[in-house]
Amino acid sequence: MTRLVVGPFNRVEGDLEVTLDIADGLVRAAYVNSPMYRGFEEILVGKDPFDALVFAPRICGICSVSQSTAAARALAQAMNIEMPENGERAANLVLAAENLADHLTHFYLFFMPDFARDAYAGRPWHPSVKTRFAAVKGSATTDALPARAGFLTIMGYLAGKWPHTLAIQPGGSSRSVEEAERIRVCALLIEFRGFLERRLFGDRLEAVTALNSEPALRSWMKQRPPAASDFRLFLEIADDLALGRLGRAADRFLSYGAYPLQGKPLFGRGVWDDGMAPFDPANVTEDPTFAWMDGPGKPLHPSEGVTRPHAEKADAYSWCKAPRLAGKTMETGALARQMVDGHPLIRDLVATSGGNVRNRVIARLLEIARVVPAMEQWARALKPGEPFCRQGPFPDEACGVGLAESARGSLGHWLTVSRGRIQNYQIVSPTTWNFSPRDAAGMEGPLEQALAGTPVGDGEAVPLAVQHVVRSFDPCMVCTVH
Amino acid sequence: MTEMLNVVWLQSGGCGGCTISLLNSDSRDLFGSLEAAGLCFLWHPALSEESGAEALEVLERCASGAERLDILCVEGSLLRGPRGTGRFHMLAGTGLPMTAWVKRLAAQARHIVAIGSCASFGGITAAGANPAEACGLQYEGELPGGLLGPRYRSQSGMPVINVAGCPTHPGWVTDSLMAIAMGSFDGGDLDEFNRPRLYTSHLVHHGCNRNEYYEFKASAEKPSDLGCLMENMGCMGTQAHADCNIRLWNGSGSCVRGGFACVRCTEPEFEEPGHPFARTPKVAGIPLALPTDMPKAWFIALSALSKSATPKRVRDNAVADHQVVVPQTKKPGPR
Repeated sequence: MTRLVVGPFNRVEGDLEVTLDIADGLVRAAYVNSPMYRGFEEILVGKDPFDALVFAPRICGICSVSQSTAAARALAQAMNIEMPENGERAANLVLAAENLADHLTHFYLFFMPDFARDAYAGRPWHPSVKTRFAAVKGSATTDALPARAGFLTIMGYLAGKWPHTLAIQPGGSSRSVEEAERIRVCALLIEFRGFLERRLFGDRLEAVTALNSEPALRSWMKQRPPAASDFRLFLEIADDLALGRLGRAADRFLSYGAYPLQGKPLFGRGVWDDGMAPFDPANVTEDPTFAWMDGPGKPLHPSEGVTRPHAEKADAYSWCKAPRLAGKTMETGALARQMVDGHPLIRDLVATSGGNVRNRVIARLLEIARVVPAMEQWARALKPGEPFCRQGPFPDEACGVGLAESARGSLGHWLTVSRGRIQNYQIVSPTTWNFSPRDAAGMEGPLEQALAGTPVGDGEAVPLAVQHVVRSFDPCMVCTVH
Repeated sequence: MTEMLNVVWLQSGGCGGCTISLLNSDSRDLFGSLEAAGLCFLWHPALSEESGAEALEVLERCASGAERLDILCVEGSLLRGPRGTGRFHMLAGTGLPMTAWVKRLAAQARHIVAIGSCASFGGITAAGANPAEACGLQYEGELPGGLLGPRYRSQSGMPVINVAGCPTHPGWVTDSLMAIAMGSFDGGDLDEFNRPRLYTSHLVHHGCNRNEYYEFKASAEKPSDLGCLMENMGCMGTQAHADCNIRLWNGSGSCVRGGFACVRCTEPEFEEPGHPFARTPKVAGIPLALPTDMPKAWFIALSALSKSATPKRVRDNAVADHQVVVPQTKKPGPR
């Protein structure tokens, strides 16, 4: 058995270190370390509850709106108010813009450049992948960055700026929209759809969302050559490198449900564990056993969670606590969201090969194709002149839970207010779930499970397969510990 | 052909949002333009191919002086805790605090640029009781000092260049880096907090699209109102140094255009305003913090005068989320 410490991981958000125990060319055990602690949960204590809207987005520059959304929902629950329809649509548009931009950033800037590495020279697809996806210099960067930035001008209209907007309020959006702006947002979505259909998919979005099984995906892939679209090129690589057999965790999936409108989410809420089950927030706990954290030493529900750093704690190996749902690890993200929502392509892929590197990437791209048409509808349905934001008093004593789906998955904020001030604020982020350390029972977190069995080539200091597995989760390390 | 400048970018106690914001640049070819301007990114944690040992090799070459380091960019505050050990951020794969890496690299760098308010002053991570002992590269809040100390100078003789903002506008970063690359940037280009004057010589107030409401002191009372955000909603745009309403964000936005207060995120200690962010502190109905360089008595006198002169259109629209009265077309009079 040899031990390899890998880090820093480039092209993930924030810093990450993974320790691998390797024998006979395979990872036998992995220990995932989130090596940075800032202390937002400590900082928020004693603040005015609305100040959470300034602090929460700044937990993370890449999922700032998700953090705003969770904070606003926690406040809304404490205030017992709901958004008007315009507010819901505007807030959905802003969150969707962030989530899709993140999916795009992940695919083009973070994930695909690994296949352009010289280590893959000799693979039939390598020359075209190197031209297209080489880090920073590939042609895809020059295509995707302006498309992303153009798409994000939606934020200029609906959120003031991104990252770190304060537009998402408990009662709706602080940014009302005029008719000319509604039309501009629709125009931006037309432009973005054009980029996606030309470069990413090489087909209509509706043709992608209609794919309902692995065979259907395969026949769609073969309709045009791999170079005809970035998605097809990925599928060719995935086949050649068997990415569908890499990085499987426990196949338990969690989604809080996404993009609500009049009480109904676009993507459903629930848990997949060999079949669908309802999600009960009461079953969420965080276990501090292997985190550099003091506390009562037993798993706690976030509403009574404690964050007290203890850097010298023996046996701990991460700043990240270990979230569990009824004692079990959960994988979260686009794959989980589409699995829980029951998209037939994702259900079929997971039934055949489980959650793995290939299926995580497919789910992300599928989600782009599913969400853009919904955004088009929300934008068209905005009604200038009707309210965007409701108001209400804030009680001196209150609790609130804010659940949201960010690009990377399920995000929860648990808020307690006493005498008009924040008494406790606990955050459980998507990558906290995915990159959790072990718990008291020794159960590994999802990435740790997924890395076990990953091949490591002779003399590989930074094993490529390990990098694919890590990046397939699209980790956000700054959210993980916060 | 100008000589290429080697750039290394590190991230520590922040959110990564300044890098993410940089990617929102309206350039048609961001990286191509930076390279053409003479900036060669040896390593950036969110963008470069190199990972793990490959990345550490780049950092080691620069830290040891084997490779020239022209510009060191640091994003995020420096985490000195707990109790000065720096353990709150150990750079992955090295077993060393990030603060130690930054000190080594700072000793070699020709220029050092703090990207964002965290790296400049400590920023949001230094809020509250500052549990992570966060500070900036050369400031701790408003006080000179920080990780590198007040006397630190990079090889160029310059102090740390503080591109403050939470997050930074992409243009503040690209313009500052390009100014350095053009060799035309010196101490005279920095303001009293060592921020590039190229964006801090303006106030957020300049170009504010709520200016008519400001003039008449027609104020918003709740989120989504169209009125001026200063009197009630916590806006500090008249005191914040930045050109947010001149450059604009994400095409056509800014905080005040998004309907919420400027929290003066380019200023040191913005994270602790001493009052809830979205509520203006007042004494006897007068906001405590008045516009930079405006005498208080004049402000009060002008406010009273302009409030009494406010047109109905402006007064009504200020507390609505859409124009309930649109500007009238003047009826043609007798010729």
